[in-house]
Amino acid sequence: MAAQSSGIRSVGPLQGGAGPNIFDEMTGTGSELRPPYARLQDWVQSMPRELRNLKQAEAEELFRRIGITFAVYGEGGDPDRLIPFDMFPRVFSALEWSKLSRGIKQRARALNAFLVDVYGRGEIIRAGRIPGRLVYHNAAYEKEVAGFVPPKGIYSHVVGIDIVRTGPDQFYVLEDNCRTPSGVSYMLESREIMMRMFPELFRGNRIEPVDNYSEVLRRTLASVAPAKCKGEPNIVILTPGHFNSAYYEHSLLADLMGVDLVEGQDLFVDGEFVYARTTQGPKRVDVIYRRIDDSFLDPLCFRPDSMVGVAGLMDVYRAGGVSICSAPGAGVADDKAVYTYVPEMVRFYLGEEPLLDNVPTWQCGKADDLAYVLDKLPELVVKEVHGSGGYGMLVGPKASKAEIEVFRNLIQAKPHNYIAQPTLALSTVPTFVEEGVAPRHVDLRPYCLVGERIELVPGGLTRVALKEGSLVVNSSQGGGVKDTWVLAE
Amino acid sequence: MLSRTAENLYWIARYMERADTSARLLEVGSRISLLPSAHGYRSEWDSLLQACGMAPGFAAKYGDPVQRNLESWLFFDRDNPSSVASCITAARENGRIVRTALTSQVWDALNTAFQELKRLEREERSSLELSQMTDWVMRHAAMLRGAIDATLLRDDGFNFLNIGYYLERCDNTARLMDVKYYVLLPRVDFVGSGLDNYQWTTLLRAMGAHRAFHWAYGGEVTASKIAHFLILNPQSPRALITCIAGTANHLNRLSKAYGRASQSQAMAAEMLARLEEETVDRIMDEGLHEYLTGCIRETAALGQAVHEDFFSGEAR
Repeated sequence: MAAQSSGIRSVGPLQGGAGPNIFDEMTGTGSELRPPYARLQDWVQSMPRELRNLKQAEAEELFRRIGITFAVYGEGGDPDRLIPFDMFPRVFSALEWSKLSRGIKQRARALNAFLVDVYGRGEIIRAGRIPGRLVYHNAAYEKEVAGFVPPKGIYSHVVGIDIVRTGPDQFYVLEDNCRTPSGVSYMLESREIMMRMFPELFRGNRIEPVDNYSEVLRRTLASVAPAKCKGEPNIVILTPGHFNSAYYEHSLLADLMGVDLVEGQDLFVDGEFVYARTTQGPKRVDVIYRRIDDSFLDPLCFRPDSMVGVAGLMDVYRAGGVSICSAPGAGVADDKAVYTYVPEMVRFYLGEEPLLDNVPTWQCGKADDLAYVLDKLPELVVKEVHGSGGYGMLVGPKASKAEIEVFRNLIQAKPHNYIAQPTLALSTVPTFVEEGVAPRHVDLRPYCLVGERIELVPGGLTRVALKEGSLVVNSSQGGGVKDTWVLAE
Repeated sequence: MLSRTAENLYWIARYMERADTSARLLEVGSRISLLPSAHGYRSEWDSLLQACGMAPGFAAKYGDPVQRNLESWLFFDRDNPSSVASCITAARENGRIVRTALTSQVWDALNTAFQELKRLEREERSSLELSQMTDWVMRHAAMLRGAIDATLLRDDGFNFLNIGYYLERCDNTARLMDVKYYVLLPRVDFVGSGLDNYQWTTLLRAMGAHRAFHWAYGGEVTASKIAHFLILNPQSPRALITCIAGTANHLNRLSKAYGRASQSQAMAAEMLARLEEETVDRIMDEGLHEYLTGCIRETAALGQAVHEDFFSGEAR
């Protein structure tokens, strides 16, 4: 299963932990107390170490009891492992969030417009705003769906946009996830657990709820039911099975939405529709929220060895008998090479200026960029275009001379395979550590839902690098999660 | 309900009931082997394993039936699909797949059994008493059953769980009886002997039914009384008639909920009608072994019909 959530949070400062140039979301760059965190100061001080350890143990027990042992998709690792949970929340003010929210929704709209375009007339390529090679020769470009427009013209129904922060008003998008971004169960369960353990915090702060996510998701999926569906659409979640590391998330979402969680073997195609095998005989399926990759969807259309797909599914899909979310082919929009052009997409399709910036990125495939990158290797972060999970990358400032030389050769051998970015000074959020509370670097993944309407639940997944000075938040490399708060106005 | 979900629920129940039976079998075998017998230690264990279809696997892996190996085979061995460890693991895995169809209490019961099993497996074997082990299995089987009865929604999933329980129990009762009657005492002149009585009592004890039996019948333990108790007496929770009546009841409830009759429902009704008409004398005339073999076969056919009706995804 190809991974999309690369989660490479390597772009960060040279010095470990919060230093003079690092923006801390609670204390800024100095000793101020930023308003969103005002009430947390007393809360931390009211918790002596023993109580804190007790609460931490309680939180872990709760996570284990509900069985939320899962790795963020694509990171691999032991499926029965718990991701560390940090009780110190990450907080956004209403104003900060409304800015972020507009930028995220704008980006989600542009990405979907791009997808409709590149599977249609390809105007953006004709206009010379993005090289055709990047799109049409992309492994994620599905020729099978060229010319087909999914219901409501939406390809990516859940857009996970990974964002980092470097200052009070500086946010950068690290990457987009247009296929099946995972981790939303952490957003939901972290909140459940925090509310259970610290009800007084929620009384004292006015925190926007996130628990309507499943309702909004359901509404989003229902709004893209195929034309042939009359009446209330039958929605299912398609999982690769209980051995998948995100199986807990699949079953949680199915449970919260009240829809069936199916495997490929539960579905079959008969005539122009897809059916689920039920105890009352075949039951028609209208919308499939799939958590498996394109290449596994249909052995007749993609990988013939797929055991988790449904034979004939793509024919039904292209004939408008069933909706698949996200639509096959959506992956071409979240490729790391295509990422560079998302601001162009915003301008081209929406006629607006992008509200969220990209991290400046050099394409090693371009001669000028390549020369610059090779010159500045010790200062840059280099990533494989298709890499994921924080592997196959170079963090220049932290690498040895020998490692840099290895990458120099790799890049020269296959320049198209690499991009480079500057090291950003990632923001920190106070985090509970052995000695007390210390700043740790974080990122953010909000989940934007795109259907008839574009909606964003106020919250997301905050990942935190628990090791001092570390910039890598991947759970496989010592990352944890935090509850993410958005304060009401 | 998804066919696969229904099937997972059905198998949770079957595996848990089977774990219970394997533990009881281990207890029957161990008690019987404490007694001097006509055959010697070896052949009795061999017969027990044979009756439960576990003999070839055991012979291949361990050879001689030594007590410690038997305990391993029936309790811990993952190569034996019917061992307590295999069954509890499979039940819990089936539960994990259908978590959303279970209450947290039911999941807790399954998960706790599994976690404790892992702890038991790490313990020094010499510190584990056989009776403690079998008690442990029965306790967890009962906890799961209780959690299901007390907390689960009475929907179709509940019916599939119960059908699993009843069919498995029906099969197990028939097999355990057959072990005693056919395998342990093949020679007619042993019938009615002290040994005969002891074996029957052991069997009842293993089924947790010897007190109930004495309340219901009193006096001497005889083959006829036991046959009546374990086959035809609807008061006995393990009797075949109780199991088939339970299966029929839950199949009827499904038919009502789904608004259609099923072939399994008809089969169960027909089996129940025959059991209600049956007498011990007729069974003994036919031969208990032959009768029980027929029951095992019919129960398997009923299970197959349930599969076709509900788990194949094709309404009939």
